[in-house]
Amino acid sequence: MEPVEYLEHTADVKFRVRGRSLEELFESAGLALIGAMIDPSTVRVEESWPVEIEAESLEALLYEWLSEILYLFEVELAAFSEFEVALERRGDGWSLSGRVGGERIDRERHLFETEVKAVTLHQFEIGREEVGGEEIWTAQVVLDV
Amino acid sequence: MLNRIDDYIFEVPIGHQKGMRVPGRIFISERLLEQVESGTLDQVANVATLPGIVNYSMAMPDAHLGYGFPIGGVAAFREDGGVISPGGVGFDINCGVRMLRTDLLAEDVAPMMTNLVEDLFHDVPSGVGAKGRLRVSEHELDEAFTRGAAWAVEAGFGVPEDLEHCEEGGRMEGARPDQVSLKARKRGRPQLGTLGSGNHFLEIQRVDEIFDDDLARRFGLFRGQITVMIHCGSRGAGHQICTDHLQVLSRAVKKYGIELPDKQLACAPLGTPEAENYFGAMAAAANYAWANRQIISAWTREVFERYFPDARLDLVYDVAHNVAKVEEHEVDGSRERLYVHRKGATRAFGPGRPEIPMAYREAGQPVIIPGSMGTPSYVLCGSAGAMRLTFGSACHGAGRIMSRTQAKKTYAGAEVKEVLTRRGIKVMATHPKMLAEEAPEVYKPSFEVVDVVHHLDIARKVAKVVPLGVSKG
Repeated sequence: MEPVEYLEHTADVKFRVRGRSLEELFESAGLALIGAMIDPSTVRVEESWPVEIEAESLEALLYEWLSEILYLFEVELAAFSEFEVALERRGDGWSLSGRVGGERIDRERHLFETEVKAVTLHQFEIGREEVGGEEIWTAQVVLDV
Repeated sequence: MLNRIDDYIFEVPIGHQKGMRVPGRIFISERLLEQVESGTLDQVANVATLPGIVNYSMAMPDAHLGYGFPIGGVAAFREDGGVISPGGVGFDINCGVRMLRTDLLAEDVAPMMTNLVEDLFHDVPSGVGAKGRLRVSEHELDEAFTRGAAWAVEAGFGVPEDLEHCEEGGRMEGARPDQVSLKARKRGRPQLGTLGSGNHFLEIQRVDEIFDDDLARRFGLFRGQITVMIHCGSRGAGHQICTDHLQVLSRAVKKYGIELPDKQLACAPLGTPEAENYFGAMAAAANYAWANRQIISAWTREVFERYFPDARLDLVYDVAHNVAKVEEHEVDGSRERLYVHRKGATRAFGPGRPEIPMAYREAGQPVIIPGSMGTPSYVLCGSAGAMRLTFGSACHGAGRIMSRTQAKKTYAGAEVKEVLTRRGIKVMATHPKMLAEEAPEVYKPSFEVVDVVHHLDIARKVAKVVPLGVSKG
């Protein structure tokens, strides 16, 4: 199972992520988002930021999770390389409680290849896939860069 | 399958996609059409399914794959029964370009080019994680959202004449800062007066060729002249505003029972609170972008004055290429108020339109088409064909043909810089990889794109400008 796979897209960045659980799926998606901009191995974990989200659907939850990471990245001027979430069903919707770990951007050490402007809903989907007899979660996301 | 309507007009017929209300129309040459991916045609067809769309779902000759609308997409919607969609505007609301003309000649500026580019790179913050030079208050941020470039001029950035030479006077009516979230404000405040990254740039250019003497004179352009081009948008504020409202509109789609082929085309019927709130927030982002370009212009003037104390840098024009606007157009012989969406397309109003500044009204509006890094840019003049064919719209740039991933595999940033240096172009960027993904070869040749709109009389070629110095994020 390849947790993060970048796909071809002429103008933007498209990725597919996989996880054995929804938690794994969301964590891989966070990594794929940051990985589109910077090599996550160059980001140390020195601080962490909490993330709490409630949404009406699983798709909305993933969209908001990724948008929140992007928001924190810009406002905190921080890059992240560790993602941890716990998901829970709440009535008709979902809630997420988690944290992102990373450090403040150091323009000498952190080399950005591109800047992600936003998470789009274009061809946005969450689904199931069978890999080696095991049913796993997958998601596809297009980023506006 | 496409139907050929004309040498430069191709139709995506109803039936290409389920639910199309009107056909699609692509204004393009056969040669350029060969490079358009099937996904782009599908996106043209997707837009044709939206309620209240008028005439056609259109794409300009620089059309390429986007998200929601194709890049280069234009669609107009009836006030009665139509919709507004952030998919037709994009995240970088009012990403746009402006051109300043100087009274300097290329040979006078050449010895100072390195200093100019280095100073521009230093004085106009760019790149990921750049902190702006400005510290605006919450009140000033509200002013930027509400009054755009008009506020920036009052705050000391530029002169009142600049406003006359901006689309919408640099200030879109109907902005609603109350519809701008706290998150968008927090992103927007430190970033006012920053260029951003990606394909955004600040460029010193030389007018290389004049195609139309009369129009060039009206626009104040002559051969050998130094011009400056600024390409940027509404930064994190605009991105967050779109992100926030996209979620609201996704819920509205369910509420109003609209069927969509793509979630990014989320929309709401015009006149509903969701539509009005999005329009007000989008207008606020558009104004922020005009304020941003105005501030950057003022800093650009400062840099030039350092080396050329008597130099004048007058604004030729400022155009938006990601925006939805209320405009009057002729539909089936009568005037109608339409919501025209331009996603990677430029307004190109022909002669006589009251929206055009007096100095240009008789001729048509200047249409500024930025090239990619290292390639020529063009100045055109909006013409009658645009009013007849495209709701007064033209292309916005060259159009990508190679993905960023592919570009980075193919070109090394350092090589790109070396090639440009050999061609006499001084480039500064925060990261060489940024140069690789914007290498000139990843775009369609801009002259081919511009030739199509010229042939269709959408916009007439006025001048070609070539880059001498580039500052990029």
